[in-house]
Amino acid sequence: MRMTTTAERVPGAPRRGVRFWRRHGAGYLFVLPSMVFFLLFMFLPLGWSFVISFQKFGLAQSSWVGLDNYVSLLNDPVFLQAAFNTILYSVLTVAVWVLVAMVLATLIHPLPPRFRTFFRAAYYLPAVTSAVFIALVWRWILNANPWGLANYVLSLFGAGPLGFISDPSPFLGVSVALWSVILSSMLTIPAVGVVLYSAALSGIPRDLYEAAESEGASAITKFRYITVPLLKPITLYVVVLYTIAAFEVFERVYVMTGGGPGYATNTIVYLIWRTGFRFGEYGLASAEAFLLFIVIATISLLQFRALRSDVEY
Amino acid sequence: MATSTSSGVSVRAPREVPVPVPAELLPAVSRATNASGRPLRRRERLAILAILVPVAIIALFPFYWMVTTALTPSSAAIRVPPSLVPLDASTENLTELFRQAPVLLWAFNSFVIAVAIMVCHIVFDSMAGYAFAKKRFPGRNLMFLLIVSSLMIPVQVTLVPRFILVSRLGLDDNLLGVILPSIADVFGIFLMRQFIRTLPAELEEAARVDGASEWKVFWRVIMPLSRPAVATVAIFSFVGAWNAFLWPLIVLSKRELLTLPVGVALLQQEFSSNIGLQMAGAAVGAIPMIVLFLFFQRHFLDGVRVGGVKG
Repeated sequence: MRMTTTAERVPGAPRRGVRFWRRHGAGYLFVLPSMVFFLLFMFLPLGWSFVISFQKFGLAQSSWVGLDNYVSLLNDPVFLQAAFNTILYSVLTVAVWVLVAMVLATLIHPLPPRFRTFFRAAYYLPAVTSAVFIALVWRWILNANPWGLANYVLSLFGAGPLGFISDPSPFLGVSVALWSVILSSMLTIPAVGVVLYSAALSGIPRDLYEAAESEGASAITKFRYITVPLLKPITLYVVVLYTIAAFEVFERVYVMTGGGPGYATNTIVYLIWRTGFRFGEYGLASAEAFLLFIVIATISLLQFRALRSDVEY
Repeated sequence: MATSTSSGVSVRAPREVPVPVPAELLPAVSRATNASGRPLRRRERLAILAILVPVAIIALFPFYWMVTTALTPSSAAIRVPPSLVPLDASTENLTELFRQAPVLLWAFNSFVIAVAIMVCHIVFDSMAGYAFAKKRFPGRNLMFLLIVSSLMIPVQVTLVPRFILVSRLGLDDNLLGVILPSIADVFGIFLMRQFIRTLPAELEEAARVDGASEWKVFWRVIMPLSRPAVATVAIFSFVGAWNAFLWPLIVLSKRELLTLPVGVALLQQEFSSNIGLQMAGAAVGAIPMIVLFLFFQRHFLDGVRVGGVKG
């Protein structure tokens, strides 16, 4: 049976195959390395990590544990705190970053080109270095000793010294340590946001501002009623970009606090790293990672949908 | 680079993954000096500068403080009140750093990894970008969609399986283990595709008529014409790989195999009380990228606008 069908196809098939290959082969060969890469290092790991999340993983052998990993995570105060910390960190820093980026870009925009180039470069510069180095400096600035720069500044106002990143005591319901980490992030200039907003601002028609000026609108009125609404599409984009970045915060926590004191500044990605690569709990780490994936994929999908329906100026 | 804004743009988030955004969001930059075309009054300009200058100082202060502390002998660094300029400036910390840690080796490792990843991105991203832009073959759109949809996968979710994979290949604690899982990326493919799409087909045709092979057309015709896009891909790949932290931290463990960011973070744990040493390490890791930025500033800013990268 098999033989006959093959035999019947043999005369035509190779020739058709050859023709197909001559026509399209180059295309396939050109995308081959990238496709192999994406399948092997993105999609295979995604599925694999889903499978591992239902296992208690051992290098020799793994055993199926059903939903145990997920159940224990959702009952684990350490995980819940890490989730809470990550969300609080993301909401606060993203809000500040987006606002700061928009205001800075608006202020830079009307300046002469020389100034514009200078400020954009100055604000972008910190973004070209590894977060590790910036976090190291912040750890030094925020150290608990009286010679720490932050404590010295406080002492000028007769306050402190504070433990900052080493202080687990609560302030407004959250540890001082977490506030310190959040504050250090907020003080990092949102470089990409500034550049993106600058580009978008050049696209706003001038006559809108001219009309507003002829009616005697103040700078703040123009910002509030022309700039902000017209930047809405790019704002959506910047918000998603930064939200995803904030959800994946790692270096800052690793360097500044190591998740501590206690679990005060633990975040999801820090927890994934610790669970998986400090304690070798691959199953649990994969479950944590998969929960993060669900959140990030949802945010990305919402963005794709919103962008598709909201592109016109 | 302005050409590639024509139909789509992607911006890479700090997690090394770009997110495509329609070009309509990012219109071409005009050379207008004022939103409404009116030159700024002196008073207005001063008011703006009164805000922008302090913000710039905040932005750059961590680097200043890094270098200042690195140049201050440890005994003077813990003085109250702290001094904003280096006191008794010396290279003591730097000398100590090079004695205590294989910093040059770390820099070498970082460099090897960054160059290898950059070269891979230039070749593989351009190849894929070229095929997606100019070739027709069944499944092309599906493959492109697949690649773009990988944007939704946070790198963190792939860490455990990637590590198992790399270990089974025997590449854990090996620079190749750092390089291999980053040999292509969506940002580069997307950028190259957008750029190559704008190139006229006649040039390729002419080369084919002259009997050039497919590879020759790509390498001798397409690549030279795509130089601006290739430069952007190269710069961002290099900087991204140099600065990468989480994956090298997982893969590398032998002290002499570490990269600069991982090694310097380790110094902080080993010499937690020696702040001068830590800051010297941070400066050594940060300064090469700052110099690179000062040289290729335009490429960086255009790259963010057109293809965007780090936050």
